[in-house]
Amino acid sequence: MALTREEVQRVALLARLRFSGEEESRLTEQLGKILEYFAALERVDTSGIEPMAHALDVVNALRDDRVTNEPNTEALLANAPATDGNFFQVPKIIE
Amino acid sequence: MNPCALTLHEASEKLRKRELSSQELTAAVFTQITNTDDRVHSYITLCRKSAEKAATKADELLRQGNPTSPLTGIPLAVKDNFLARGVRTTCASRILGDFMPPYDATTIAWLRAQCAVITGKTNLDEFAMGSSAENSAFFATRNPWDLERVPGGSSGGSATAVAVDQCIAALGTDTGGSIRQPAAFCGVVGLKPTYGRVSRYGIIAFASSMDQVGPITKDARDAALLLGAIAGHDPADSTSVNLPVPDYAAALTGDIRGLRIGVPKEYFVSGMQKETEDAVRAAVRQLEKTGAVIEEVSLPHTEYAVAVYYIVATAEASSNLARYDGMRFGRRAPAKNLTETYMASRQEGFGAEVKRRIMLGTYALSAGYYDAYYLKAQQVRALIKKDFDDAFHRVDAMITPTAPTTAFKIGEKTQDPLQMYLSDIYTISVNLAGLPALSLPCGFDPRCLPIGLQIIGKPFDEATILNLAYTYEQSTEWYKQRPVL
Repeated sequence: MALTREEVQRVALLARLRFSGEEESRLTEQLGKILEYFAALERVDTSGIEPMAHALDVVNALRDDRVTNEPNTEALLANAPATDGNFFQVPKIIE
Repeated sequence: MNPCALTLHEASEKLRKRELSSQELTAAVFTQITNTDDRVHSYITLCRKSAEKAATKADELLRQGNPTSPLTGIPLAVKDNFLARGVRTTCASRILGDFMPPYDATTIAWLRAQCAVITGKTNLDEFAMGSSAENSAFFATRNPWDLERVPGGSSGGSATAVAVDQCIAALGTDTGGSIRQPAAFCGVVGLKPTYGRVSRYGIIAFASSMDQVGPITKDARDAALLLGAIAGHDPADSTSVNLPVPDYAAALTGDIRGLRIGVPKEYFVSGMQKETEDAVRAAVRQLEKTGAVIEEVSLPHTEYAVAVYYIVATAEASSNLARYDGMRFGRRAPAKNLTETYMASRQEGFGAEVKRRIMLGTYALSAGYYDAYYLKAQQVRALIKKDFDDAFHRVDAMITPTAPTTAFKIGEKTQDPLQMYLSDIYTISVNLAGLPALSLPCGFDPRCLPIGLQIIGKPFDEATILNLAYTYEQSTEWYKQRPVL
């Protein structure tokens, strides 16, 4: 299953990544080779096999909905690239 | 003997007997770091001041004669993907910038509560994605046995730090072999516990269904002690399991008579270095002499494990790493609109391997490919797990090599990602199935590079594999070998 350059561009947009032309060529080749390797899975008969998302049998772990952490606005905002008062400052999200 | 060369259990005993203080031990460790880290580059961040403070507090506890745990006063290194309040956490990525965690990972909080001394944060492959520690955004860690070679990855910094006595023991994380393979390459002991045994809260997520925290130590007894200190239920991690934590050190009886050990035939195939196969086979004979019953077992879906792993892990990673968008924390690149800001921040912030994996995972989850890749991989994952379940009806533990070769050269596999992925061939099935496994030294190749033996256990049966490792150590001296820098 060869990968096309257009597919690489489509996936890059989905993943919010950007590549130079040279990186794109290299990725197309490298990812293509890896996908070819993945194709070995086609040989395995998986009819009727439940997909396994998790190694544990645990389903839902519930706990009381209580506040256990003290609010620490200063520490949280200290990691932000841009702030305004007690808020994160972000680029305009609606054009 | 320089106190930094002590094992955890030896150091702990000396601290209790007041033959050594935690301040002396901590000072010795930092001197060792100063003398060696310019050659091996294990650490990203050192915490000397807070370490000295913790050592002083530990000495007080020890003076009062009631240390809370064997870890009290012990200098430990931590991989730089654990959040520790007030200590810069990078995950070896530029995208996190100078991130200062506002809280402690549960394991860190527990270590602090036991008055362990945290020496610093060790190097890794960016976001724990890699098998060589070369994918760090900052620098490559060097293998202490041969500085031209990789220490393994992704917990390469932690394994190196333990091997050259830059700490008494260390913590790492293991998603596909990231504790065991570097432990093998550096000649130390590395244990990946059962999925759910140790809290993942505050560990920077890579592949959430497989990530697990574990110890990297100088011997099996140390691994037992460190595991005992970090294992247990944590309500903050919904996948952490509420099962009693056994006394792992008490399980080290040195008696394995009648224990049934399986040797999976699919793990001894072409591509393995001859010395590795010889050393592992010799270890199997050694364990048989000690009283274990050896049996060949079959794990028929082994050949698909690398493919399954790199679909599942990259899919989970693509989702987990979507949070790095330059908005609330980390790096934000200037751009003209929101989407451009996301793309520019991620382009600048992530390294090549991380981007490659995000691309693979996004592709495997995208419309039209989900069934062929992600769903299919999850089905084959179930078959891989079933192989282990079936084999564990007949045996109590399994023995395999940890890696197909000893440490490879820096740069040898960076141009061919698939070759790099294949170096995880013996470790990743264990993560897919959620099992515990450890690596311990079982010999050297002619270049004096250590060889790792992997012992795989039943779910939540860390005690058995630790005792097996301990028993093997009693009849061999491999684990005592240390590199000379």
